[in-house]
Amino acid sequence: MRLLSKTIRETGATLLVWGTATSITIPFLWLIGDLLWHGWPQLSLNFVLALPHNAGREGGIGPILVSTGLIVSVCMVVALPIGLGTALFLSEYTRNNHMYGRLIRGSLDVLAGVPSIVFGLFGNAFFCQTLGLGFSILSGGLTLACMVLPILIRTVEESFRAISQDQRLSAAALGISKRATILLILFPAAIPGLLVGCILGLGRAMAETAALIFTSGYVDRMPESLMDSGRALSIHIYDLAMNVAGGNPNAYTTALVLVGLLLTINLFASWIADKWTTLNQLPT
Amino acid sequence: MTLFSNIILSHSKIDFLFLWSLRALALSAGGLLLLVIVFLFHESWPYLTQIGLANVFTDHGWFPTEQSYQLTPMISGTILAACGSIFLAAPLGILSALFCHFYAPPFLSYWYRRMIELLAGIPSVVFGFWGLVVLVPVIAAWHPPGPSLLAGILILTLMILPTIMLIAHASIRQLPTIYIQSATALGLSQWATIWHIVLPTSRIGLLTGIFLGLARALGETMAILMVCGNVVQHPSHIFDPIRTLTANIALEMAYAVDHHRSVLFISGLLLMGLVIAFVSLAEILRYKTTYALTQ
Amino acid sequence: MRSFTHGILLSRLLLIWAFLVLGIYVLPSTANATTQKLVLSGSSTMAPLLLEIGKRFEATHPETRIDVQTGGSSRGIADTINGLADIGMVSRALNPQEQHLHGSAVAHDGIGIILHASNPIQELTNTQIQSIYTGRINNWQQIGGREATITVVNKAQGRSTLDLFLHYFQLSNRDIRAHVIIGDNEQGIKTVSGNPHAIGYVSIGTAQYDASHGLPIRLLPLHKVPASIESVRTGNFPLSRPLTLVTKSQPTELTKTFIDFAQSAEVHDLIFKHYFVPFQD
Repeated sequence: MRLLSKTIRETGATLLVWGTATSITIPFLWLIGDLLWHGWPQLSLNFVLALPHNAGREGGIGPILVSTGLIVSVCMVVALPIGLGTALFLSEYTRNNHMYGRLIRGSLDVLAGVPSIVFGLFGNAFFCQTLGLGFSILSGGLTLACMVLPILIRTVEESFRAISQDQRLSAAALGISKRATILLILFPAAIPGLLVGCILGLGRAMAETAALIFTSGYVDRMPESLMDSGRALSIHIYDLAMNVAGGNPNAYTTALVLVGLLLTINLFASWIADKWTTLNQLPT
Repeated sequence: MTLFSNIILSHSKIDFLFLWSLRALALSAGGLLLLVIVFLFHESWPYLTQIGLANVFTDHGWFPTEQSYQLTPMISGTILAACGSIFLAAPLGILSALFCHFYAPPFLSYWYRRMIELLAGIPSVVFGFWGLVVLVPVIAAWHPPGPSLLAGILILTLMILPTIMLIAHASIRQLPTIYIQSATALGLSQWATIWHIVLPTSRIGLLTGIFLGLARALGETMAILMVCGNVVQHPSHIFDPIRTLTANIALEMAYAVDHHRSVLFISGLLLMGLVIAFVSLAEILRYKTTYALTQ
Repeated sequence: MRSFTHGILLSRLLLIWAFLVLGIYVLPSTANATTQKLVLSGSSTMAPLLLEIGKRFEATHPETRIDVQTGGSSRGIADTINGLADIGMVSRALNPQEQHLHGSAVAHDGIGIILHASNPIQELTNTQIQSIYTGRINNWQQIGGREATITVVNKAQGRSTLDLFLHYFQLSNRDIRAHVIIGDNEQGIKTVSGNPHAIGYVSIGTAQYDASHGLPIRLLPLHKVPASIESVRTGNFPLSRPLTLVTKSQPTELTKTFIDFAQSAEVHDLIFKHYFVPFQD
C-alpha cells in the first residue's frame, strides 16, 4: 500500500514537472512564432532603411534605428568610463570590509533594483528640466547611462576579481607600479569581461522603453544632432501598438528587428564569455 | 584584492592622481542613488509640505483635474498584479529549475535553459505588444472586456519566471553533490530527495529569486500599461481592468503640472521604497547563503 | 602578450568609435548654429496636422526644424508655460485661468461618438449615451442591439476631448464607468476597431480620416446631426471646438512666422486632408 502511494506520488511529480516545462514552452513558442509569422513577410532591407510614413503604418524604421543607435552610444560613452573607474576602484583599491567601498557597493545594489520608470521620472526632472537638455537623444542616453551603470560595474568588477592574484604579486615583485600593473596587465586581461559587461548593458539599454518616454521623446525623423528628440525602437513598437490603428504589421516587424538585435547581442556576449574561459584554462 | 595596507606602493604624483580620479568616479557612481532620491524628494516636496502625504490615501478617487489624488486604487492594483504573478511564477519557476536539473535529459536541459535565458532577454514592450494583440482578444472572447488584471498577471508571470528559474537553478546547482548521492544511497526516491533535501537546503536561494522577481513585477511598466486597461479602480474580480502605479506615471507624467506632478513623483518614491525593501531582503538572504556555505 | 596587444587595440577601437559617432552628431549642431528649432507639443488631435504643416514650413523656410510632440492639450499648456515647448497645441478654446497665454485658432473640429462598423445600432439619443457612460445600460440588447456587454472607452484626464464630452453630456468624470481608458484619438480608434462591442468618442477629423482609410469604425449622428466635417463647417454640429496654437507671450519672429503660416490659406489643403475646417474670423 505504501509502495503504491509512493509510485503514485513519484509519477505525479514527474508529470507535474514535465507539465510545467511544456506549459512554459508553449507561450514562448507562441510568442516567437507569432513575431516571425506576422513580422517576417514585411522584413526587408528597404524596411530597415526607409523613412516611416503615415505615422509609421507605412515605410520603414531607418531614422528610428539611427536614434536608437545614438541613444545607446551616448549611454555607453558616458557609462563606460565611470563604470570602469568605479569597478577598478572597488576591486583594486578597497578591501571587502572597507566602509567607503561597502557604501558604494550597497548603493549600486539598490540602484540596480530601481524601476526604470523611476529613472524616467528622474531623467525628466534632472536632465530635461534642471539641466535644460529638453526632450533629446542626449537626455535619453544619460538617463539610460544611470540605469545600466550598476550592471556594468558589477560585471566589470567581477572580471577584475577573476584575474589570478599571481599576476598582481609578480608585477609587484618586479617593481612595477600599481598604476602600470592595472593599465598594462590587469586591464588587458579583463578585456573580455569588460566586453561582456558592455554588451549586457547595451542590451538592457536597447530593450528599455519606460525610461525613454519622458526623456528622448517621440519624434520619428532622422536626428541631426544629439539635441534632437529621437524615437527608440521600443517606443516605436509601443506607439504603433497602442496609438496607431493599422500599425500592427509594422509593429510586428519592428519587434522582430529588436528581438533579433538583442538575441545577436546576447549570443555575442555568451560567445565571448565561453571563449574567454577556454582561453584562461589553456596553459600559458 | 588589496595586498598592502597603504594602497599605493610607489609615491609618484601620477599614481596619486590616478587613485583620486578613480575615487572620484566611484563617488559619482555611488552618489547617483543619492541624486535620484534627492530629485524625487525635490519634485514631490510641494505636495508633501502643502497638502501632506496622508491625503494620497484619504482623498476621494483619482481625479487630477479636480485636485483629488488618491493613490490607493493604484497601490492595490500594483500589489494584486505583482502578488498574483508571483503565485504563478514561483512554483512554475522552481519546477522548471527542477526539470532542468533532475528530470530532463542533458540535451533537453541545455536547450530549455537557453530558452529561458532568451525569454529573460525579450524586452517588456514586446511582451506587452504580444499580450495586447494575442492574449487580450482571447480573454475578451472568454469574458469581456479583455484588458484586465488577469492579462497583467499572465504577462508578468512570463516576464519574471526567468529570474526565479535562473536563480533557483543556480542555487540548486550549488548544493554539494554528496547530499544527493547520500540520499540515493539511502534509497530515497527522486521526488523524496527533492522534497526533503533539495528544496529545504536551497530555500534561501529560492526565496532570493522570488524576492527579486517580486521587485521586477512591482516595477514593470510597459507590458502592464499595454494589457491592463488602465481604469483607476479597486478590481472586484480578476476580469476587471486595473491601473498600476507605474502605468499611472507613464500615462500622466506627460501633462502633469504642480501638485499632480508632485503626486506622480510621490508614487515614484513609494514604488522605489517597495522595490528597495524587496531587493535588500534578497541581498540579505544572499549574504546569508554565502556565509552558510563557507562555514 | 597577445591578449595585451589585443586589449590596447580594442580599447583604441572603442575610443575611436565613440568619438566618431558623437563627433558626427555634435559637430553639425555647433556648426549649424543658425538652424532654428521650434518645439510644438500637446493635443494628439492636432499633432498629425501640425506635423504636415511643419514639413511644408521647413520646405519653404530652410534653416528651421519643427519638432512635434504629443501628449494631450494639458501637456501643451504645461510645456508652453515651463518652456519645454515654444508652441502648445490645444484642441479647445482657452479657459478663463489660461487667459495670460496667447492663443491663435488654426482650424475647427468636432467630437463624434464611434462604434465598430459591424454594430447594428444606427443612432443613440443623448440620454442613452449618458446611461451607457454611467453604467445604467451595460448591454447592447437593452437599446435594441445584439446581446453583448458594452465596452465603454473613455478618454484619460488632461485630454480636452474628455472635458468637452463631459461638459456637453453634463456628466462628471466620477460617474463614468469605463472599461478602457485611452489617451490619443488613434488609440481610441484602435480600441473600437478591434472590439465589435465597444463605444468611444474621438475627434471627427481623425475618425473620418481613418474610416476613409478602411478602418471598421462608424461615426454616429449626434442630436440628429450627422457627425461629419460638413456639419462642423456649417456650425450645426453641437460638439465642436477650435484647434488652438498657444504661446507664452505675444508670438515673435519665428514663432509668429510659423503661426501666421499655419493660419494662412497655404495650408488649407492640409487641413481639408485631415478632415478639419479651416479657421476664418
